[in-house]
Amino acid sequence: MSAATAVSRREFLKTGAAATGSLVIALHFSTLAPSEAALAAPASEFVPNAFVKIAADGAVTVIIGKSEMGQGVYTSLPMILAEELDADWSRVRCEFAPVDPAYNHTVFGIQMTGGSTSVWSSFEQFRKAGAVARSMLVQAAADRWGVPPVACRTENGFVIHDASGRRTSYGELAAKAAEDKPPAQVALKDPKDFKLIGKSVHRLDTPAKCNGAATYSIDVSRPGMLVAVVARPPVFGGKAKNFDAAAAKSIRGVKDVVEIPRGIAVLADGYWAARRGRDALKIDWDEGPLAGYSTEKQRAEYAALAKTAGAVARKEGDVAAALAGAVKTIEAEYEMPYLAHATMEPMNCVAEVRADSCEVWAGSQLQTLDRVFAAQAAGLKPEQVQLHTMFLGGGFGRRAVPDCHMVLEAVQVSRAARAPVKLIWTREDDMRGGYYRPSFFHRFAGGLDEAGNIIAWKQTVVGQSIMAGTPFEPMMVKEGVDGTSVEGAADAPYLIPNLYVDLHSPKLPVPVLWWRSVGHSHTAFAVESFLDELAYAGGKDPFELRRALLAKAPRHLHVLELAAEKAGWGSPLPSGRGRGIAVHESFESFVAYVAEVSVTPQGELTIHRMVCAVDCGPVVNPDTIEAQIEGAIIFGLTAALRGEITLANGRVVQSNFHDYPMLRIYECPQQIEVHIVPSTEKQGGVGEPGVPCAAPAVANAIFAATGKRIRRLPIRANDLRSS
Amino acid sequence: MLNLVVNGNRSSIDVDPNMPLLWVLREHLGLTGTKYGCGMAQCGACTVHLDGEAVRSCVTPVSRATGKNVTTIEGLSADLSHPLQRAWIEIEVPQCGYCQSGQLMAAAVLLRENPHPSDAEIDDGMAGNICRCGTYPRIRRAIHRAAALMAEGKSR
Repeated sequence: MSAATAVSRREFLKTGAAATGSLVIALHFSTLAPSEAALAAPASEFVPNAFVKIAADGAVTVIIGKSEMGQGVYTSLPMILAEELDADWSRVRCEFAPVDPAYNHTVFGIQMTGGSTSVWSSFEQFRKAGAVARSMLVQAAADRWGVPPVACRTENGFVIHDASGRRTSYGELAAKAAEDKPPAQVALKDPKDFKLIGKSVHRLDTPAKCNGAATYSIDVSRPGMLVAVVARPPVFGGKAKNFDAAAAKSIRGVKDVVEIPRGIAVLADGYWAARRGRDALKIDWDEGPLAGYSTEKQRAEYAALAKTAGAVARKEGDVAAALAGAVKTIEAEYEMPYLAHATMEPMNCVAEVRADSCEVWAGSQLQTLDRVFAAQAAGLKPEQVQLHTMFLGGGFGRRAVPDCHMVLEAVQVSRAARAPVKLIWTREDDMRGGYYRPSFFHRFAGGLDEAGNIIAWKQTVVGQSIMAGTPFEPMMVKEGVDGTSVEGAADAPYLIPNLYVDLHSPKLPVPVLWWRSVGHSHTAFAVESFLDELAYAGGKDPFELRRALLAKAPRHLHVLELAAEKAGWGSPLPSGRGRGIAVHESFESFVAYVAEVSVTPQGELTIHRMVCAVDCGPVVNPDTIEAQIEGAIIFGLTAALRGEITLANGRVVQSNFHDYPMLRIYECPQQIEVHIVPSTEKQGGVGEPGVPCAAPAVANAIFAATGKRIRRLPIRANDLRSS
Repeated sequence: MLNLVVNGNRSSIDVDPNMPLLWVLREHLGLTGTKYGCGMAQCGACTVHLDGEAVRSCVTPVSRATGKNVTTIEGLSADLSHPLQRAWIEIEVPQCGYCQSGQLMAAAVLLRENPHPSDAEIDDGMAGNICRCGTYPRIRRAIHRAAALMAEGKSR
């Protein structure tokens, strides 16, 4: 960086930007170089690094490389930066970054949003970005006043020199600060001095989401744009043999029909004509290897596989000997179906391919890869593709697809049609389009000693690998074990002397993907339910048993005890009610739930209360954490009570919200309480960790209320009926 | 030509009269606050008002809207001053935000017909609107809050 000191600001910034091309970015100042977009800023604007701009009028714009899908990064990341900047929060706004190495994930090395990592992985980066800007503003003021910088302080968007009573706003200092170079080092605040971080702050995106102004990719319009709807094979792995587009082309508004690798696209002057045109296509499909396949067949195959030895994911002690010597052994099988993300905004993408450039508007969670694939499809270099990240109408993992098909299809159609294209998936296309949470089968054997203690735990997991066949496979699949298939099982924290977990990863053409909480979405249900079974079999209280088994896992223990205390675990309940408890770590956060339920003789379930304790380390915006947990409980319960994608004759049976229902307002738990543990431990995530415990807490409460053990999701009314 | 009055503005549009109102609003009038979610009146993301009644614009032929006043989220209030919008912001209801236009338009009809709804009445009135992010507990709270704001406004 020292070579840059003699050159102009803009050249310096460019030099800095070039230095950030490395794949993985460490937390040092060369990472804080501005993006190309920042370089285009007017000279009166102060752009100390890639993450913040300060205008002459004092407006502070924080630039985030993360995607806003409801989880709150559009507010929490600016809060972190504004804290160290001592900005006037009322003048802070946020915008989405272009694709640029400056915005690469500090751990994963590409620009992406996922794994509930945004806040903790950006925390130091955004603090430093704010502190650098503050330091430069202080220097500018000190120079102007002829006083030492240490004699100045900052507050609410002003630099203040108490000795002389002078104060100048950041806006007034912006142009002068822009002439200087960033300092080599800056001091960060002592967390006890935080004014914004840790306080509930109003979200910056809420107003635009209350008057229709927030723009999602489905809302983007371009001059001359056509709308495309694609006919894809009715069976995964199939392809079109031939098609007849005559009837489609005769529909008013239909402009073109083009074939792309994943299907046949109908282009029209609007969605309605494109949809009708698509319905009028006559296509002869080759259904491929999955023709005739069904969920029933898969269940039988998985059950058989689970009785054979898989790749070993964890081995402690000698589980076979312990089971052989157990006073009591319990066996159980748990099943979880395929699940669709069902984001409210169906998949869509706008692409405009030109001779020497391409623009893409997408609700992307995986910008670096989406841009690479867009460039390939457009016949261009990635630098020639401008990808605009829009608000995401729900993500849950669905918009981070390693094969980048959502963007790819739109670019291919735009290039073939030589027109800007908005490619929209109908709700049915979205529901039947795959990329599901894989279906999973867990087979357990547990052994107890004469005192009811668990001495053996054997768990065989069967389900498709999410990572297989993706660029992430070499990193994530080790010795036949996809870590995401067994996370939450292979690393279960319970003190059990003989423990064995193995895995089968059958290959099928059904596309699978991470789905909010990934492997934890099924392992937590299986592990927390079977542990409950063993507790009752051994005559132990499920809470007390967990306490004993978590003696060496203090953060688990703390949330478990807090949830139990707040829920009044052990206190009398009205007749017919039961309580269930579950605790789980995921994405480095710790969550425990106590559910309180009742069930009518006809099998109608009411969830009266969900009490949650969460430890996600130091908190940025507490209200966002509460909102994420509330939403995650409902997301988890939607899966537990309703969610199921099934196959019949090779085809996905479900198509829309009538047969893949979401929990509605009247089906929500009557009361949700969120207790956040004050914590100085390592920060974890919060977007996903609220999901895993919802299903097992409720299922365990159902057992407490009715004696019926739920071993297959979704929970069916038939499973709950008394007669 | 079909004549429409949307948020008080008149327009004439040459479209298939069977085209759902949703696509006329979004693609012909540029009013993209009204969202496509399901296309079959299951999710409520496309809720607008026809002469003050909540309808699912994704299944409402545009011909049904002629001669009526259409109100979309953009017409609820231009400046976020409607008590529901104020309550939504105060309670921090939205997450991804995609369903919220429809939630607000459904809630506006609910509150007009019942200025002080109970939890059960809110659940009943909002049963047709899905939120995948699970903002339902906050929607309940915000509707109660908006009811209080409206009552304050009247007593002033």
